[in-house]
Amino acid sequence: MKNPIGQLNKVFDSRIRLGVMSSLMVNAEISFNDLKQLLEVTDGNLASHLVNLEENGFIKVHKGFIGRKTNTTYSITKAGEKAFREHVEALEQMIKGVR
Amino acid sequence: MQEQHNPLEAIQDIRRMMERSSRFISLSGWSGISAGACALVAAYITSQRISCWSIGDCLFSRLTGNGADALKRELFLIAGITFVAAFCLAFVFTYLRSRKNGTPIWDPTVRRLMWSVMIPLLAGAFLLYRMIQLEQYELVAPGCLLFYGIALLNASKYTLGEIRYLALGQLILGIFNLWWVGYGLYFWALGFGVLHILYGVWMWWKYER
Repeated sequence: MKNPIGQLNKVFDSRIRLGVMSSLMVNAEISFNDLKQLLEVTDGNLASHLVNLEENGFIKVHKGFIGRKTNTTYSITKAGEKAFREHVEALEQMIKGVR
Repeated sequence: MQEQHNPLEAIQDIRRMMERSSRFISLSGWSGISAGACALVAAYITSQRISCWSIGDCLFSRLTGNGADALKRELFLIAGITFVAAFCLAFVFTYLRSRKNGTPIWDPTVRRLMWSVMIPLLAGAFLLYRMIQLEQYELVAPGCLLFYGIALLNASKYTLGEIRYLALGQLILGIFNLWWVGYGLYFWALGFGVLHILYGVWMWWKYER
């Protein structure tokens, strides 16, 4: 039997990154500010996690403007969706294994 | 790695984030109760006014001419005040609840919820307005119930899912009312009054107690 722990994605060990991915799975796109509100984290903290996810190719960044203010929104990529699903499946396997 | 946690917690986290980012969960049971109470008061006043115009003391004004128009204006006024009062009260209770929960009152989930309710309601409002213009009053009450039911059903994707039972209740009442024409006010009171209160009490019992 394959060890499900090996299937867990290290990128999603962080609760914040997992939170970002979870909310992007069910929303087409979310703005930086809404993510910040949702996850209750500081700007810098969220930004560094988002950069990490982006570098892994799991999320896409769209920079836009509302009037003069920048409005950055994020959406999930195909690769991100796949990685997230595999991560959740691995978690499920682990829970089943424990029982 | 930071914040290693067990898989069950991780799954619960994921679920909570998905819910929180897509559903507005601060809709208060008190909002339902207060809206229902408004509707019952309005239905009572309306029944008083109608019986007054058809048999009671308002007969004199009816004899002097355009009684039907005056009654129509009065009923429109009652409906308008009821809607505004019910909406404001519902808003206040939900606002208080969201303050208590620490969730924002204006975020994407609220915006989506508003739009998903407003669009079917507006379509219904146009239809009913036109029906009243054409003096087709029989189906106004069932029309209100049916369109409101559809609006709630549409909204159930973006808030606590139990609201769809309220929606189904409104739809069933609306459909029955299509054949029991003339009892519109009773169905209306049952749907907008009693069902709202039952739903509100249930939600309060389940989530806020």
